[in-house]
Amino acid sequence: MEFKDYYQILGVPREATQDDIKRAYRKLARKYHPDVSKEKDAEARFKEVGEAYEVLKDPEKRTAYDQVGKQWKAGQEFHPPPDWSKEFDFRGGGYTEADPGQFSDFFRSIFGHGGRGGEHFEHATFRARGSDQHAKILVDLEDAYHGATRTITLTIPELDAQGNIIGQPRTLNVKIPKGIMAGQRIRLAGQGGAGFGGGPNGDLYLEVEFQPNPLFRAEKHDIYLELPVTPWEAALGGAVVVPTLGGKVELKIPPGSQTGTKLRLKGRGLPGKTPGDQYVVLRLVTPPADTPEAKALYRTMAEKLPLNPREALGV
Amino acid sequence: MTKLLTGIVLDDELLLSLRELCRLCGVNAESIIAMVDEGVVEPQGAHPREWRFRGMSVRRVQIALQLQRDLRINLPGAALVLDLLEELEELRRLYRQRGGI
Repeated sequence: MEFKDYYQILGVPREATQDDIKRAYRKLARKYHPDVSKEKDAEARFKEVGEAYEVLKDPEKRTAYDQVGKQWKAGQEFHPPPDWSKEFDFRGGGYTEADPGQFSDFFRSIFGHGGRGGEHFEHATFRARGSDQHAKILVDLEDAYHGATRTITLTIPELDAQGNIIGQPRTLNVKIPKGIMAGQRIRLAGQGGAGFGGGPNGDLYLEVEFQPNPLFRAEKHDIYLELPVTPWEAALGGAVVVPTLGGKVELKIPPGSQTGTKLRLKGRGLPGKTPGDQYVVLRLVTPPADTPEAKALYRTMAEKLPLNPREALGV
Repeated sequence: MTKLLTGIVLDDELLLSLRELCRLCGVNAESIIAMVDEGVVEPQGAHPREWRFRGMSVRRVQIALQLQRDLRINLPGAALVLDLLEELEELRRLYRQRGGI
């Protein structure tokens, strides 16, 4: 396991005062808080910062860490000195804010397992609900439209036979309900972290995100599609075939349409109590003028259909 | 094959009573009442017994609890953060729509 330099993680010198440490922690905690931050790996950084603070804010843990930490640098392979933890007793007290299950192996190799495991674990008196777990799930728009079953693999904290907290990979088969929207969350009762001492399991929350789709874009329960049309389809109107999540449908283009004209296919968006609509936004595609005949046709148009599309620009 | 799990979708069509919201978020009624007073969550209904919370309230309560625990933000502060986060999310959505990343 790698040695962690908690001072480096908080960006403070080794001789920092408790106030310096607290200020550095608060600043980084705001920066990386998973509910607020958009930084990549915010959650991992937040945990790391929390772990560093958990050690450095507590004079007893800090002293112990300083003692063991003198010989190592960040990233180096670390082995705790034999029997060293006997000098300290980290029972209780230090885990007021943090969940030791979230901490690294490095932390646990020095400070043990907190009040929740190890030799101080008291089966008769300790009982707690497992932690709620949060995860994102990428869903195809087609699956959101039709409903689907997805298999996901997550790491869920559990207690092993010795009472240690370990990350246990778990495979779940989850129903994706028809009409689910991006940003919505699915709660799976009892599928979160394992309870302690007979306490109930936590819950698992899956936040839905849509996989980017080459054709469709979802906005809440409405679906958007850009539809290429020819100048004569736009000018004269007519029926064209349009893809929707539910299959192909025929759409009437009104005469005199332009690029950007938005047409609505009612009820063809994501299903629900009030189903969404599909909006079709037209984009005119002009045929290439790559033959003498095509060029002649364009010249005829220029002659017979004079138009200044830049009139509004005053030129 | 592992068995198929069906969850509940915490959307706006789901309405929760005070008791149900407390159970989902693992907090007591007093905590939720304090959050209602500060505008963290806004139920329909006049009296706590008649309160109905939309499914999205679960997320707001959970974030408020985490902000209280992790950053020591008080409830009015958490309500402000939540409103700003929602606005930020909406702006990001509009920005993405206009082709930004």
